[in-house]
Amino acid sequence: MSDINANGEVNGTLTGEAGFGDYVSLLKPRVMSLVVFTALVGLLVAPVPVHPFVAFTCVLFIALGGGASGALNMWWDADIDRVMRRTRNRPIPSGRVQPGEALGLGIALSGLSVMMLSLAANVLAGALLAFTIFFYVVIYSMWLKRSTPQNIVIGGAAGAFPPMIGWVCATGSISVEAVLMFMLIFMWTPPHFWALALFMNSDYEKAGVPMLTVTHGKRVTRNHVLVYTILLVPFALAAGFTSIGGPTYLAISLALNAGFLWGAWRIWQRDEATAEADGFATEKAVFKFSLLYLFLHFSAFLLEAALKGFGLGGW
Amino acid sequence: MALRTEHELHQRRRGRNVGLGLVLAAFVVLVFGLSVVKVTRGDPMQGFDHVVRPEMAPADPATGGNG
Repeated sequence: MSDINANGEVNGTLTGEAGFGDYVSLLKPRVMSLVVFTALVGLLVAPVPVHPFVAFTCVLFIALGGGASGALNMWWDADIDRVMRRTRNRPIPSGRVQPGEALGLGIALSGLSVMMLSLAANVLAGALLAFTIFFYVVIYSMWLKRSTPQNIVIGGAAGAFPPMIGWVCATGSISVEAVLMFMLIFMWTPPHFWALALFMNSDYEKAGVPMLTVTHGKRVTRNHVLVYTILLVPFALAAGFTSIGGPTYLAISLALNAGFLWGAWRIWQRDEATAEADGFATEKAVFKFSLLYLFLHFSAFLLEAALKGFGLGGW
Repeated sequence: MALRTEHELHQRRRGRNVGLGLVLAAFVVLVFGLSVVKVTRGDPMQGFDHVVRPEMAPADPATGGNG
């Protein structure tokens, strides 16, 4: 091979060639962990039992589909990632992975995950996964992200599909429970993300991404956090009255929604001077709470399903 | 100066190749396992083996039984 010169440089840079870990990081493993958890819950709370090995395969390929869309997102957004400090060290902007490699990996894994999910579960689950990848890459990354400050609202749908796909893997159809699990994540994404945007000094402005905090200011963002949190509550509570809910879920959900509403209300009441004075303490606390909010809601679905095994749980 | 036969780049390449090999092996195991589960989980299956077996014939609604 002639791609190493006398100084140990590779093609002029010290990074040059990607390691295995670089390809793994193209798949956004941290995002995948949320996909794995919510898809698994969707699959386990469904009323149709699934063979453990099939369930494992389904969750694996749902996660791989999510990872593939992450790779395609990194391929498309390489120019933005190069500008922003947070993303500058990603495999493509740092030069370790060529854009074409990420594109190839993304397309190959998309095809593989959709095909394998269709075979392992059913065609509807595979089609939903294909739509999720399309939605995240084309609708969110290519279209909305750079054109509207509401990008995160509609783009949040991509992250909301996994529990629905998990449910469809087990049942073969979409029902009200699957829709409510979707809506729970869909409506949760905006207040969760905007709470973060209020205290994160990101370089979206420099990168030309129209984030709400940049285009309309933080006052408007605070209003949006409150409104979207209020809109989220009915969906979270409604799930408690379906077959995946029950008194335990409803009690947990009521407490969590009260906490989230209280946090959103406090964010809404504050102005920039107050927030900066205490280092955005409330915004940071609400952001952390929002992570707990989603995790505990889906854990409560699991708890209800587990209780049913002992003749408890459900209505 | 001694010629370095093992460059850091080679280690990275080996890591990549081993990683890919493991992923492919895991995929083979996965497809095999999935096939076993799919084949053994379904309703009891009987293959055609040139022997007449009345229980394989579709139910006759007139008699309420097979054949």
